[in-house]
Amino acid sequence: MESPAPTTRASSPPPAAGWSLPGIGLLKGMAVTAVNMIQSYYRKDRMTTVQYPEERAPISPNFRNFPFLVYDGDNMAGLRCTACSICEKECPPQCIYIVLDRDENGKSLKRPKVFDIDVSVCMNCGICAEVCPFDSIYMDGQYELATGDRFGGLLFNKETLARSTDYHAQLRPLEAAEVAARRKAEEEKKLAAQAAKVAKAKLEKEQKELKAKEEQEKGTGA
Amino acid sequence: MRVPALIALVLGSFPSLGLAATDKPPLLTGESLPRLPQRLVEMALEALKAPDWLVSLASFATAAGTVVAVFLSAFALLSLIERKTLARAQNRLGPNRAGIFGILQPVADGIKMLTKEDIVPTKAEWFLHLVAPVMIVIPSILALGVIPYGREWLPVPLELGLVFFFATGTMTEVAVFIAGWASGSKFPMLGAMRAISQMISYELPLIISALSVVMLSGTLSLADIVAAQSGYHLGFIPAWNILTPWGFVAGIIFLIAANAESNRCPFDLPEGESEIVAGHMTEYSGFKYALFFMGEYLGLFAISGLGITLFLGGWQAPLPGLGFVPSWFWFFGKLAAIIFFFLWVRTTFPRVRVDQLMRFAWLCLIPIALLTLPVAALWHFTANPDGSNGVLSWLLCSAILAVPFIIITVIFNRRLAPSLRTYHYAE
Amino acid sequence: MISNPFMSPAAAPASVPELDEDQLLHVSLGPQHPSTHGVFRMNVVLDGETVVSLKPVFGYLHRNHEKIAEGVTFLSSMPFTDRLDYICPLTNNWAYAQAVEKLAGIEVPERAEYMRVITAELTRLINHTAFVGFFLGDMGAWGTALMYAFREREKILDLFEELTGARMMSNFMRFGGCRNDLPAGWAAKASTLVNEFPRFLDELENLIIGNEVLIARTQNVGALPKEALINGGITGPMLRAAGVAYDIRKAEPYGIYDRFKFRIPLGTTGDCYDRMMIRFLELRESLAILRQALDQLPEGQFINPKSKIRNFKAPVGEAYARIEGPKGELGFYLISDGSTNPFRYRIRPPSFINLTLLEDMCLGLDLADVVIILGSVDIVLGEVDR
Repeated sequence: MESPAPTTRASSPPPAAGWSLPGIGLLKGMAVTAVNMIQSYYRKDRMTTVQYPEERAPISPNFRNFPFLVYDGDNMAGLRCTACSICEKECPPQCIYIVLDRDENGKSLKRPKVFDIDVSVCMNCGICAEVCPFDSIYMDGQYELATGDRFGGLLFNKETLARSTDYHAQLRPLEAAEVAARRKAEEEKKLAAQAAKVAKAKLEKEQKELKAKEEQEKGTGA
Repeated sequence: MRVPALIALVLGSFPSLGLAATDKPPLLTGESLPRLPQRLVEMALEALKAPDWLVSLASFATAAGTVVAVFLSAFALLSLIERKTLARAQNRLGPNRAGIFGILQPVADGIKMLTKEDIVPTKAEWFLHLVAPVMIVIPSILALGVIPYGREWLPVPLELGLVFFFATGTMTEVAVFIAGWASGSKFPMLGAMRAISQMISYELPLIISALSVVMLSGTLSLADIVAAQSGYHLGFIPAWNILTPWGFVAGIIFLIAANAESNRCPFDLPEGESEIVAGHMTEYSGFKYALFFMGEYLGLFAISGLGITLFLGGWQAPLPGLGFVPSWFWFFGKLAAIIFFFLWVRTTFPRVRVDQLMRFAWLCLIPIALLTLPVAALWHFTANPDGSNGVLSWLLCSAILAVPFIIITVIFNRRLAPSLRTYHYAE
Repeated sequence: MISNPFMSPAAAPASVPELDEDQLLHVSLGPQHPSTHGVFRMNVVLDGETVVSLKPVFGYLHRNHEKIAEGVTFLSSMPFTDRLDYICPLTNNWAYAQAVEKLAGIEVPERAEYMRVITAELTRLINHTAFVGFFLGDMGAWGTALMYAFREREKILDLFEELTGARMMSNFMRFGGCRNDLPAGWAAKASTLVNEFPRFLDELENLIIGNEVLIARTQNVGALPKEALINGGITGPMLRAAGVAYDIRKAEPYGIYDRFKFRIPLGTTGDCYDRMMIRFLELRESLAILRQALDQLPEGQFINPKSKIRNFKAPVGEAYARIEGPKGELGFYLISDGSTNPFRYRIRPPSFINLTLLEDMCLGLDLADVVIILGSVDIVLGEVDR
């Protein structure tokens, strides 16, 4: 950052007392507009607008627009969403609609059969991304969504919402890296736990076998 | 009463048309360029042995057509330049999509206006509703006809040019009132009421400030008023009326009154969009609405042109030795400067209120304008034999004119100055 | 006697003469009118152009906010508060978060308090500069001041975008802190902005304060006696312009406002000019607070780790929390029955309550004055109609 320029006037005194000519205020105002008129040709900070289709204002990495769903791996099969419906419940304008996928026995498959977001209702608050315990929903930065098709274009379903982890990493590198690290750690923990469990089971089995053998030996010995 | 007088004036101007066509300078110089179409038509008709009245009429029509063409293009250009200038003063870019630098924006606007639906409210008087926008354009064009644009470019050389100008100018007020009344709606009615009171009030200082010029020039012909301002004091100060004490004050009053007369900010009350939506234009759409704008801008050109003629020496060059530049160039240069000033004012000033507007006209402008008349007389009688004025004359005239300003300053500092307000702080 | 050409004749409304009903003009100013700041309607009765009666009609932007809030969780109401006064969402967030914190007894970490003060004061900068712009726009100054105000607002909004992810609908405060920490370098950028802001204020003051047309239009217009304002429940700059030293940041310091040194500017007459000047002076004070807050900004947590995001339940009880919003006292009143939703949710919107004295301010004045008085109240219809 450039060092901030110091200013002398910390707070304005009340308007200076004194004799003033009528019309001076008008001339002062005209001087301000004239300065702006001239400076707008060469001072960049005077002009805030950008010429939109040709150039775009930079988006900050924190910028949020509409939600998307993240999947691990290469395809939709790795969708992280477990259809727990927390986001559906917390969504302020209630624009999320989730149906849990079940097998023929009615047992939960822990994945959404339907996941719809009506982005014409969505108000970009980001609460869904905040409350999600499975790191599966995040806010997108894509803002050029104008379409003439209300339901075809603005009612997003599971397929249109799904994005790869790479997309997320590209969009918000910091957040994605943090999430990836955390998930990896959890995964490893889980794997370790599983491995430990397997090892334990194996050990138990071995011990059982040993015991059985011993008993057998005992039996034969008896 | 005014309409017969107008007809008489227009008819009375025809004999002088012959005069305009008699002098025959070389066909194609910079100076006579604007008269080229007129001269070509005349020559063609004379070659065809047309009767004199036809030549005269055709010559008149071509001269008028030239002025209309020039100022309609100027209107189109100004509508773009105004938007660009205001945008720059507000740190925006302004229209820049239609053509390079938005140069085609007026065309796009025109197409838009023409293709829009023409809505006539149910309660409107449809005929007057139709007539009003036409009526607002015609007097402005008529008024443009009598202004001397260059040494050889005076479309209609009227002896009573100034009277004709003000007579046509008042027709605008009628048109604005008709527009407001015929719309059969409340905001237009309020706008019309405001317009009529404002324009009548500001007509007075406008005319009185012009009177002092008439007094000293001794003529009502605009061409002669310009001629009276020729020459240079001390060899380089142009002898324009604005550079005399009375002319300076009268010129400023004229500028303010002209601003009010053409309903421009800060006197745009009749169409004050934050109060009464669009005033008399609220119920208009499409091309009728465009006509109002056209009338307003043409009126602005006309009244600025008159101000230049009266106070800024018309087409006279600002410095000696610039005679090689065509005189109409100076006229249009001054016009551009004045219009830029109007735009600049528009970006800066808030709008005044109705009663303040009236008080300003009747209690400030008219008394001071009336004061310029005796001061102008004093100026005339204290002049040296060669027409220039001594230091004493300058001081005396300036001192008299400074009195009202001092009074206003005193009142301002007693009642309204920002320094009268005190603000304290609570910890 | 030479009368003052600039003086308003309506400074002291004379006794209203008997009015002939046939001479009166009934005008419906709004709901679609260029200067009603949204969809607001005033049924005005005019005698000539003098206002004889003025009845505000609102509700065109009613969105059922309070009832909706009773049907959704506590957290879900937070983004809706952004949309109350959409010029300053962060102060709305703060007021609501404070009410819930009071209800549930949640502590706020120190860094979060500083972040809240910084964002709230930046919001005040936005609101007051935009106010001046809109005010001049109402007066017919063709948006020049507004464009300058928006130019600077844009810089603050860029900061907000970086911090909260959205320029206007920030949804930033959480119960017990803020949603995320300040991004790296944000505080330095904010300091730069705060240091450069006075230069813009000087420019704006040069453009506006001494302008004679503005003085003539605003001085002695729309003033009401202190007592009337206090009785009407008016708060914020409008009240302080009349000389009443009432600022909740001082009267009942919330957050950490008692740590900062700042002053409350007070006017004397309470007319439209004073209301505008008070905002100019308050801008300078806000800058002083911002400087102190940015200097003292401590390290630490941005949210209380004990506060729950999911399945948040407040204990049974009620709470009222108020803050000094840029427009006046902004209060949230909550009753909880122990569930995830508030049982009752009520807002005290400053815009709405400041608007209640509109007719008293406008009677006997011009139609043109009505517009600038409405502008000087500084309303946002999102907050008035809720």
